[in-house]
Amino acid sequence: MTRDLSPFELAPLVQRELPSAAVSPTTPALMVEPGSLLAVARLLQESPTLKLDYLVSVTGVDYLDYLEVVYHLASIALNHRVVLKVQLPRGDKPTVPSLTSLWRGADLQEREVYDLMGVYFEGHPNLKRVFLWEGFVGHPLRKDFLY
Amino acid sequence: MEIGGNGHGALSPITPEVMRQLDFSEGQTIEAMRGANRRPIPDPDRWLTEEIQKSVLVTSLDSLVNWGRRSSLWPMNFGLACCAIEMICAAVSRFDIARFGMELFRASPRQADLMIVAGTVTWKMAPALRRIYDQMPEPKWVAAMGSCAICGGTFAQGYSVVPGVSRIVPVDVYIPGCPPRPDALIYGLMMLHKKIAKDSIARQARVG
Repeated sequence: MTRDLSPFELAPLVQRELPSAAVSPTTPALMVEPGSLLAVARLLQESPTLKLDYLVSVTGVDYLDYLEVVYHLASIALNHRVVLKVQLPRGDKPTVPSLTSLWRGADLQEREVYDLMGVYFEGHPNLKRVFLWEGFVGHPLRKDFLY
Repeated sequence: MEIGGNGHGALSPITPEVMRQLDFSEGQTIEAMRGANRRPIPDPDRWLTEEIQKSVLVTSLDSLVNWGRRSSLWPMNFGLACCAIEMICAAVSRFDIARFGMELFRASPRQADLMIVAGTVTWKMAPALRRIYDQMPEPKWVAAMGSCAICGGTFAQGYSVVPGVSRIVPVDVYIPGCPPRPDALIYGLMMLHKKIAKDSIARQARVG
């Protein structure tokens, strides 16, 4: 059975390795500030005790007050998993760093989140719409999208 | 625009710039279709009630031609969503539309007579659907299978779904259901056979 790593155990571990990283544990997930996401993700991937080598999914959520991007990470080698969450202000252009440099599988999923939720992934090699067509106005899974 | 071609037979590499142009032209095509097709195309069935002047010769020729056409109505291999599963079921041994000479699902529109639009049509799919319809040789028929193809179904108010395939192509027979069972599909095809039986060469010559 795949083991869920507790964010409360994970947070001090991340803090020890990356003192500047802004992480805070909550019950389901490890909250990460957008600025330190890439460093934290690289640490989780490369750490020999964590070895989170597989990105299961990238999800976008609209909570009306803010947007959230959820990353499910898993380790095939060690059979455990972790959830990362990034909260973004609902601004003009909500931006998070792209994880395509760590997991190539993030490519299409980040494009999907961009297409439907309007989250920009900085450093993505090919950030364009994937389901909808070029010229479509708006991002339809936003709560404020009107059609 | 031809993908990767330079007009001289040799393939040029698909650069990011070419990809951008392709995306842009695709978006323009879709937006143009969305703007132009605000109203459904009228169903091609008005002739069913109109009087046709028939001579004995044309009538008997008609009956022969129509018998030939409806007895080997080859469908397009065109499944878009879950309705396609029921369409496949209609083709296999339990329901077996081979009984009506329809077992040959053609992968090429050039060889098909009937397009069964089985499933949800999105605006992104719409130009491809219209193109496939245009590639089919005359005479051709269209069956809208399932709620989505008839009127958009549950997605009729959506931002990405065509509210009824009749916005894009003229529809000959509507088969309701979500999805329709193979029995319902076969019933709809029987109705189409009856419709074809009423057609006449004289009318087709007049129309087009």
